[in-house]
Amino acid sequence: MFDFLDSGQYDVLGAFWVTVQLTLYSAVGSLIWGLMLAGMRVSPVPLMRAFGTSYVNIVRNTPLTLLVLGCSLGLDQTLGISLAGGTSKEIGFRLAILGLIAYTGTFVCEALRSGINTVPVGQAEAARALGLSFFQVLTLIVLPQAFRAVIAPLANVLIALTKNTTVAATIGVAEAALLMKEMLENESDALFAVFAGFAFGFVLLTLPTGLLLGWVAKRVAVKR
Amino acid sequence: MSGVSVTKDAQDAAPAADDLVVLSNVNKHFGALHVLQDIDLSIARGEVVVVIGPSGSGKSTLCRTINRLETIDSGTITVDGKELPSEGRELARLRADVGMVFQSFNLFAHKTVLQNVMLGQLKVRKTDSAAALEKAKSLLDRVGVGSQADKYPAQLSGGQQQRVAIARALAMDPKVMLFDEPTSALDPEMINEVLEVMQQLAREGMTMVVVTHEMGFARSAANRVVFMADGKIVEEAAPEQFFSNPRSDRAKDFLSKILHH
Ligand SMILES: Nc1ncnc2c1ncn2[C@@H]1O[C@H](COP(=O)(O)OP(=O)(O)OP(=O)(O)O)[C@@H](O)[C@H]1O
Ligand SMILES: [Mg+2]
Repeated sequence: MFDFLDSGQYDVLGAFWVTVQLTLYSAVGSLIWGLMLAGMRVSPVPLMRAFGTSYVNIVRNTPLTLLVLGCSLGLDQTLGISLAGGTSKEIGFRLAILGLIAYTGTFVCEALRSGINTVPVGQAEAARALGLSFFQVLTLIVLPQAFRAVIAPLANVLIALTKNTTVAATIGVAEAALLMKEMLENESDALFAVFAGFAFGFVLLTLPTGLLLGWVAKRVAVKR
Repeated sequence: MSGVSVTKDAQDAAPAADDLVVLSNVNKHFGALHVLQDIDLSIARGEVVVVIGPSGSGKSTLCRTINRLETIDSGTITVDGKELPSEGRELARLRADVGMVFQSFNLFAHKTVLQNVMLGQLKVRKTDSAAALEKAKSLLDRVGVGSQADKYPAQLSGGQQQRVAIARALAMDPKVMLFDEPTSALDPEMINEVLEVMQQLAREGMTMVVVTHEMGFARSAANRVVFMADGKIVEEAAPEQFFSNPRSDRAKDFLSKILHH
């Protein structure tokens, strides 16, 4: 049933490796961008707050496919912004990551912000009263405490991100979903096996995220 | 504490050269509510001022405007001759010089007692860590919680937490200390241990603004009592005079209520 795997015709591992890379780069980027967005949304500067709020509300409510397509069509093909050039494959890969970061960052931001809201205001007030700067209050006092409340929602965001990388197929990035589509067309007699195989592949990728963050959550919970 | 004026009359004159905190014509609103109305108050170096008044009269708000945890709508506040900066680095620097102790302690929950007292020294004063450690330990000993240094705040009693909070504020070498009902959240048997620390501070010459209803403290440690009602300073007097012979009806009414507890 899985004999088409042996033919060497399909690079399944290679395709999943692209998925893993998309996920990792986007995850790191979204965590950073989400942290910055959350910083803006709680900042004392009205302009930053306004930017953070409108960005999150617009981008979060835009379909990811549109964002990734927008990066590809809008940035690359119309404006010629290819982020350091390279082959069309490399450009697609980088633009897909850009789209994923732009989108996932909003969810990271909101997860962080809900965590920030669980920290009593007195904590930040005491820190400000000591003379700590806004940035110090955020990074030394508020975020470390918000982090505990944020791990579970953040795991959800990262799992969703792993699956969302399949959208990169729409701009031709050779990740797992694109290969699956190709295999479904060619191996119509093994539809079920192909589906099951790819679904299993994604579960393999996402399970560790949940388990790892669950473990982290337990570790930080006992400290209090 | 010579040279400290405790009468209302001296207040009306131009602020003395030795005034550390001066509020003049301060107004603040919360929406339609006029919480602080034309507040004029000068606190001399080394003076201990107790602020007293009914709930909702604006005592906490007054206290919090002095380090700009609350902004004001009009008027000026100066600390050690400098007007409060509005934002940023300058404001942070000023706050470091104004210690604050809250009703609910607000110790950093994710840091140990020792780390709580060291944080401001390390991150704001940029003290080197050996010196910060030594100072934190000696302050914790001074407030009587030296043996709890490695515990987290949640593992301490309320009285102990509040004493740590005082040590945390003192670690910055503040010019003035603000206390907003520091004993109101404490069980009765813990109130005295905190008041004793505050009394000692007062004796050592710390400038203090204390919102409290502890009359024992006011009588023994305060130079002046400021009575607030409905966002205004209604009466200012020496503690003895205020408690035994209040001038305003509002103060008489208020005292009759709290004295019958
Ligand atoms: N952040 C806020 N927003 C709106 N109203 C507020 C805010 N903080 C305080 N107030 C209102 O301002 C008034 C004065 O409050 P404040 O806390 O200064 O009183 P207080 O004298 O400290 O009272 P208490 O003895 O109960 O602590 C109250 O009516 C209160 O409801
Ligand atoms: Mg109050």
